[in-house]
Amino acid sequence: MSADALSASGIGARIPRRELKRLLSGYGRYIDDIKLPRMLHACFVRSPHPHARLVAIEVAAAKRAPGVVAVFTAAEINPRCEPFVGVALHRPGHRSAPQHLMAAERAVWQGQPVAIVLAESRAEAEDAAELVAAEWQPLPAVGDQLQAIVPGAPVIHAELGDNVAFDFSLEKGEPAKAFTDSDIVIEEELRFERQMAMTLETRGLIADFNPGDGSLTVIHAHQSPFQMQEIFSRHLKIPEHKVRVTAPDIGGGFGMKLNVYSDEIATVVASMLLGRPVKFCVDRLESFVSDAQARDHRIKCRIALERTGKITAMELDDIGAVGAYGMPMRFNVAEGMMAITMAGAPYAFESYKGRTRSVYVNKNLIGMYRGVGMPFACIVGELLTDLAADALGIDTVEFKRRNYWPKSSLPCVTPGGQRLETVSFHECLEKLVRLMHYEALRKEQAELRKRGIYRGIGIATFCEQTAYGPPYYGPSGASISTQDGCTLRLEPSGSVRCITSLTDQGQGTLTSVAQIVAQAVGVSIEQVSVLGGDSAISPYGGGAWASRGTAIGGEAALRAGTMLRENILALASALTQTPADALTITDSRVINTRTHQAVISLAEIGRIGYFRQDTLPRDFDVQLSVSASFAANDKMYYMANGVQASYVEVDCETGFIGMLGHWAVDDCGRMVNPLLVDEQVRGGIVQGIGAVLFEECVYSEDANLLNGTMADYLVPMAGEMPDILVDHVETPEASTRLGAKGIGEGGLIGAMGSAWVAVNDALKPLGAKVRHQPFTPERILDALARARAG
Amino acid sequence: MTDPINDPADDLLGDDEVAIEATLNGRPLRRRVKARQHLADFLRQEMELTGTHLGCEHGICGACTVLIDGRTARGCLTLAAQISGKTVDTIEGLAESGKLAELQAEFIARNAAQCAFCSSGMLLTAYELLSSGETWSRADIREFISGNMCRCTGYHAIVDAVEAVIALRAKS
Repeated sequence: MSADALSASGIGARIPRRELKRLLSGYGRYIDDIKLPRMLHACFVRSPHPHARLVAIEVAAAKRAPGVVAVFTAAEINPRCEPFVGVALHRPGHRSAPQHLMAAERAVWQGQPVAIVLAESRAEAEDAAELVAAEWQPLPAVGDQLQAIVPGAPVIHAELGDNVAFDFSLEKGEPAKAFTDSDIVIEEELRFERQMAMTLETRGLIADFNPGDGSLTVIHAHQSPFQMQEIFSRHLKIPEHKVRVTAPDIGGGFGMKLNVYSDEIATVVASMLLGRPVKFCVDRLESFVSDAQARDHRIKCRIALERTGKITAMELDDIGAVGAYGMPMRFNVAEGMMAITMAGAPYAFESYKGRTRSVYVNKNLIGMYRGVGMPFACIVGELLTDLAADALGIDTVEFKRRNYWPKSSLPCVTPGGQRLETVSFHECLEKLVRLMHYEALRKEQAELRKRGIYRGIGIATFCEQTAYGPPYYGPSGASISTQDGCTLRLEPSGSVRCITSLTDQGQGTLTSVAQIVAQAVGVSIEQVSVLGGDSAISPYGGGAWASRGTAIGGEAALRAGTMLRENILALASALTQTPADALTITDSRVINTRTHQAVISLAEIGRIGYFRQDTLPRDFDVQLSVSASFAANDKMYYMANGVQASYVEVDCETGFIGMLGHWAVDDCGRMVNPLLVDEQVRGGIVQGIGAVLFEECVYSEDANLLNGTMADYLVPMAGEMPDILVDHVETPEASTRLGAKGIGEGGLIGAMGSAWVAVNDALKPLGAKVRHQPFTPERILDALARARAG
Repeated sequence: MTDPINDPADDLLGDDEVAIEATLNGRPLRRRVKARQHLADFLRQEMELTGTHLGCEHGICGACTVLIDGRTARGCLTLAAQISGKTVDTIEGLAESGKLAELQAEFIARNAAQCAFCSSGMLLTAYELLSSGETWSRADIREFISGNMCRCTGYHAIVDAVEAVIALRAKS
C-alpha cells in the first residue's frame, strides 16, 4: 500500500460498520419485511415419518379453506424441476440418488416436503396445511451411520444397493510401520452429535415469476445469489439472463443459507405455476427438520510418538451420517474430507493414514455450516497431542513448540496434503501464552485442584482453509464461482458507487470493501457507497462462503479501485497538461505530487467526464465506470491459522461446565478492519463453545427428531459465556495485492478444539474423559461415574 | 365521524375480532384486531412496524421483545388483544425518540451487532436494564440479557456497550 493513500478510513482502519445505524433503528429490510403486489404465502406439509410410503394424499379440503389459492403436491411440482444429484464428479465412487423437490411415493426423512399450500396469508396457509390428509405407511428407518452400514440394514435408495455414499482413503509415508515401531501410541474414539446453524432469522425467499416476459426475480435470503441464479435457470429451464436473484438484509447465514433447499425451489415452481409472487419464510419449528444440518460423525484416531517427543504418525477413521441425499452443489463429503486431510496439519510428521465414509441415513441432509470438517481436524490433532504431551511428561505448550512445523520448513505440504506457506503457528502460540498468562493460570489450576476445584486449560492450534480457489470447486462439476467482481462508477459529483458480487449476512464485508475502494481510489469512505448481492448488476461472483468475501471480493475491489484511479488520473492529465505519473488522488482531489498543489477535484472530473466531453481531445476515451474480477486461478485456498485457549471449571456434583475465560490469537493475513475481525473471531468462538457444550439435534434410534424447539435445543446465551480476549499476528497472503485471508470460521474451529481439550484437562485428575459431543451435564456425570467404577 | 375500517364499536366486530385502545409509540391507537393474532404479527403485518423481529414464535429467543408499560415483553407470547389500555413501545418509536441514542452509539462503536436480527430486542432489553438506574456488574449484565439470543457476536461486545452507557450515565 502506498503511504499517501492511507487514511483514517482505509485498509487497516478500525471503523464501525456503516449499515448498523440503519439496522439498529428498526430500518432493516429482511425477507419477511418485504411485500409484493398480489403476493401469496406458502406453507409446506412435511413428512412426519423418517421413512414411510405415501399411500395417498388428499388436498381437496385444504383447497376449499379460506384464503387458499392452490395446493400442489409432487404431481404438479416435481415435473417442473430437473432433479438434483448431489455428487462431486472429482470424488470417485461418490454417489447419491436423484432428489426431487417433493416426496412422491416415499419420504426418506422427517420433514421432507410433500405438499405446498398457497394462500393469501401465512396464517391461512398454515390453517389449510392442517387439512391436507396424507396416509402414511411407516417403513423401517435407520438414523445411525454404524447401523446403516451393517448388512441387512434398511437401504434408503434401493438403486444404490447400500447406504454408503462415499468411501475414501489416503496414505502417506509408512503409517503401519510407524504405529508398530513407535514407543507411544495413543488411541481415541470421538463422537459428534448432529447440530444446526440456528440463524436467528430463518430461511426465506420471495419468488416472483412474471408470465408476461418469462422472467424470474427471486428476493432470497441466501449467501450466494449467483449460485441460485444458475440453479433456478438450469433446473427450472429459464434462460439465465432472465433470472435475477437479490439478497435483502439477512439475519445470519453461517453457511446454512448457502445450501440448496427443495422447499425453496418448490416455492419458485409455485410462483411459476400461478404467475404470482410467492413468499416462503421457514417457521422456526420447521427449521429443525428442513435447515441443512451439520456434524454427526464418529472418528477413531491415533497418534504414534518416539520417546524423544517426536510425532511419527497419525491415523484417522471418520464416518459421517449425511442424511438421505447428497447436498446439491456442496455435497456431503466435505466434512469428512476436511477432517482427514487437515488433522494434525500444524505438526511436523511424515506418516499418515486417513479414511472417511459418508453414509446415508433417514435424516435431514447435511450441508454447509461454519467450519465444515475443520473442527474435527482441530479437535483430533489437539486432543491427541495434548494426551501425547502428558504421556511424555512435558507441558503441552512445550510439546507444541517442539512439534509445530518449524518456520524454516515453509512452504511445505503436510502428509494430509495441506499446503502451508505463510502460516504462523509459533508466533501465535507465543503471543497467546503471554496474553493468557499461561504459567500463572497453570499455577492457579494446580492450587485449586488441591481444594477439590477442577479447572482445565485447553490450547488448540488450527489451520483454516479460506477463500477456496478454482482448483477446489472447479473439478467437482458444480457451477460454483470462486471469483468475485466489483464495478465502480465515479458519480458526476465525485463520489464513488461500488457494486460488488459479495453478500453480507452481518460480517461487515461491505464496509471492508468500502474501505478498500476508498483507499484505492483516494477518497474518504463517506464518498463510497456499496451495493452487494444482486445477480443482475454486478460482475459474476461467489458471494459469502468459506471465509472468502474480503480476501477475494476485496482483491477485486482493490483492482477495480486501482483501475478507476488510473482512469481519473488520465483524464486529469489531459485536462491539466500534467503527466499522469506526477498526479495522485487524495481526499477526492487530484494532487500534483511535485508541487503538492490540488489541480482538480473529482467533482470537476465528474462534471467534465459526463457532461462536458466536448472540452476534451476528440479521441480521448472517458472511462469512469470500471469493472474488475478476481480469482486465484492456481490456489486451492489461502491458509489462515491461529491458536486459542479455554479456561473451564467442571462442577463434579452437577456436571455443569463453567467457561471462565477464552483467548484467541488469529492470523488472517492483512486485516482490512480489525474491529470487524475481532468480532468475527468472538462470534465464532461462542458458536464453537455452543457446539461443544450444548448443541444437539437429538434423534431417536429410528431417526425421529426429539427436540424440535428452541426450548430444548440449547444455544449459548450471554450468562454462560466468558469474556474473550483477541489478538492477532498479521502475515499477509503472498499471492494477492491485498494480502487478506479469511476470518469467518477460525473462531469456531479453534474454540471447539480448545474447549474439548480444556474440559478433558479438568477431568484428568479424576481419571475421567469425555469423548461425546456435546458435553452435557449427563455425559460429564457419566464420565465421572465410569472413572469411579474404574 | 366514524372510520369504517378502524371503528372499534362492538356491533361492527366479527366473532374472531377484538377492539383495542392502546398507546403505540406515543400515539393513540384504536383498532380491531384478530383475536388470535399475536402482538408481533400485529405490529409487523397490520402496523408495518417490521423492526420487531420474529425468531422463534415460542418465547425463547427474545427477537420480538417490545416494551409494554415500560417493561420488556415477548411480542410472540402476547396477543394483540392484550395491549388494550396499555402503552407499547417498539424499536421504531424508541429509536425515533432518541431514547436509544447512547445505546445505539456504543453498540455501533463496538460492532455489538452483526446480522442485527436480535438487535431490536437486545436494545430494548438493555434499555430496560438502564432504566433501573442501578449499578450492574458484567455478570449481572450478562444475566439480564440472557433472554435474548444473539447468534453472531458472542455477546462480549454487547456487554461492553451496555457497560459503557452505564459508565457514561454515572459520569453525567
